[in-house]
Amino acid sequence: MSAIIEARGLGRDYEVGGGMFSKPGVVRAVAETSFSVSAGKTLAVVGESGCGKSTLARLVTMIEEPTSGTFLLDGETVTPDRWADLRTHVQIVFQDPYGSLNLRQRVGQILEEPLKINRRGMSAAERRAKAREMMRLVGLREEHYDRYPHMFSGGQRQRIAVARALMLEPKLLVLDEPVSALDLSIQSQILNLLNDLQTRLNLAYLFISHDLSVVRHVADEILVMYLGRPVEFGPKDEIFDAPRHPYTKALISATPSADPRNRRERIKLVGELPSPLAVPPGCPFSPRCWKAQDKCRRDRPIMEGTPHPAACFYPEA
Amino acid sequence: MSLLKIRNLSVTFTTSSGPFRAVDKVDVDVRPGEILAIVGESGSGKSVSMLATMGLLPWTATVTADEMSFDGRDLRAMSGKARRRLIGNDLAMIFQEPMSSLNPCFTVGFQIREALRKHTSLDAKARHARCIELFEMVGIPAPERRLKAFPHQLSGGMNQRVMIAMAIACRPRLLIADEPTTALDVTIQAQILDLLTGLQAETGMGLILITHDMGVVAETAERVAVQYAGQKVEDQPVDALFDTPHHPYTAALLAALPERATERHLPTIPGVVPGQHDRPAGCLFSPRCKFADDTCRTIEPPVQPPELGLALCHYPLHAPQEAKA
Repeated sequence: MSAIIEARGLGRDYEVGGGMFSKPGVVRAVAETSFSVSAGKTLAVVGESGCGKSTLARLVTMIEEPTSGTFLLDGETVTPDRWADLRTHVQIVFQDPYGSLNLRQRVGQILEEPLKINRRGMSAAERRAKAREMMRLVGLREEHYDRYPHMFSGGQRQRIAVARALMLEPKLLVLDEPVSALDLSIQSQILNLLNDLQTRLNLAYLFISHDLSVVRHVADEILVMYLGRPVEFGPKDEIFDAPRHPYTKALISATPSADPRNRRERIKLVGELPSPLAVPPGCPFSPRCWKAQDKCRRDRPIMEGTPHPAACFYPEA
Repeated sequence: MSLLKIRNLSVTFTTSSGPFRAVDKVDVDVRPGEILAIVGESGSGKSVSMLATMGLLPWTATVTADEMSFDGRDLRAMSGKARRRLIGNDLAMIFQEPMSSLNPCFTVGFQIREALRKHTSLDAKARHARCIELFEMVGIPAPERRLKAFPHQLSGGMNQRVMIAMAIACRPRLLIADEPTTALDVTIQAQILDLLTGLQAETGMGLILITHDMGVVAETAERVAVQYAGQKVEDQPVDALFDTPHHPYTAALLAALPERATERHLPTIPGVVPGQHDRPAGCLFSPRCKFADDTCRTIEPPVQPPELGLALCHYPLHAPQEAKA
């Protein structure tokens, strides 16, 4: 199967601070990240805040240029001079449907905007027909066409955001925490919608989330990130049943399970995520890891092992 | 004997488009040393009912209750001064956003000492010692130095620990935690939940945990109250609630959890929570309930007996007659 997107050693640095006399610091928001997603498959990127998930989304959607590494979209290398053409293949749905829709545009206008910009030859009637068709596809009613976003509930708004992302028939949809702002009873509606759309349109999903119980439901493969670097990658079942990296293990154990009889002893991580400005030498997870040895504090482990690589010197069996 | 006993609590807000009932005839009981979780979606009135208990609602809110007592003392009859002596002392609350609940203009040490100054007779030296003791209790490393830090210099998890330290400063007998971990990462969430349950076991205080996360409920609570659109629809011990929910809303909510899914398509609850202008007659859940009939749509449901989880429903699920039939 051919990959829709293939990233090799993707990285993004930011310069922060710095004044007249002080040198700016460098934050490695994302480093050495490689992955690929095929049509009809879902890759979930999981990790805590500050692990670089959202920066990765910005790189893939061509909002920002990577400072190192490259990625191929449908077999073509992505360079900034080709962004304008390639951007229509990748669309994004943001976390907060209250902030990501223009309050002053009607639903119809919101949906037609991408066509107005990218499909110059299309007539107004065609655009309107396409917007109506898309509304049906995501479960909105005809009469919603002339309404404003404030007249909708959170779940309905997220449907509008999904519809807008699909207007240009993208091949890859980046979903940046698409259900974390929604109530539980609405969350399942949106997850079902995303699932139906994927089957029907053979979409590739890059699903960014911190909620492992959602990820377990939607993902085919999982990339676990910590402080900007991938620490483990593998098929969903292997990650959940036999995590190799201690961080993955801790993350799974920390996720509360909705079963009161199954109150397990949690792995207690000491300390918090270090500042990205002062990433510890060696393994970035070593200060919080219960298995860390001197070697971990000195050298940085690389992603090793196929088909389930982990960046750890002493992986779980 | 209940530590906190509330009967028939209703809260109505005066809004420009008419009155809005945020909490509707809710009963709350917490015994000393008990962990009660209040779950519900946004707009279910779970925070408002607790803010009403604390007396923290704005003047636009009208609070009515048949009974509202803490440790046998009537909260409604109390003067403002007497109530303020109780709140922050015996009755404390922590909020969802630690960053915006702390005052950014003062050090965290000053803010904790303020609570001690108001409610205890400790002198300056003893207050300082108590602060350090509290920081050690909630697991803040290097307390001497952290007391001098401002909230923006600490991470979200650290700020939440500061909030907890402040809340338990005067050894409250009841702690209300309103979504204490929602803004935090899962590994930090696990630390904070362990801290709260640990402190609860150590001090024997009552703990009310307001949350929307069923996972958090399952792992920490002893008893669970489920709220929907301002009403309490069910109240059961945690194991029983997850095994045999009696209200269709609870059952549907549990079925919608991705981790309980048996197939790729998740069971859903159609429609949305009713708002100010589309409150249905009869049972508030009836437009979304798959078991609803004409009785549900016209007549307000009764509260079922405790064996049926005090379910607010005409036709509770898992009823004994059902088993016989």
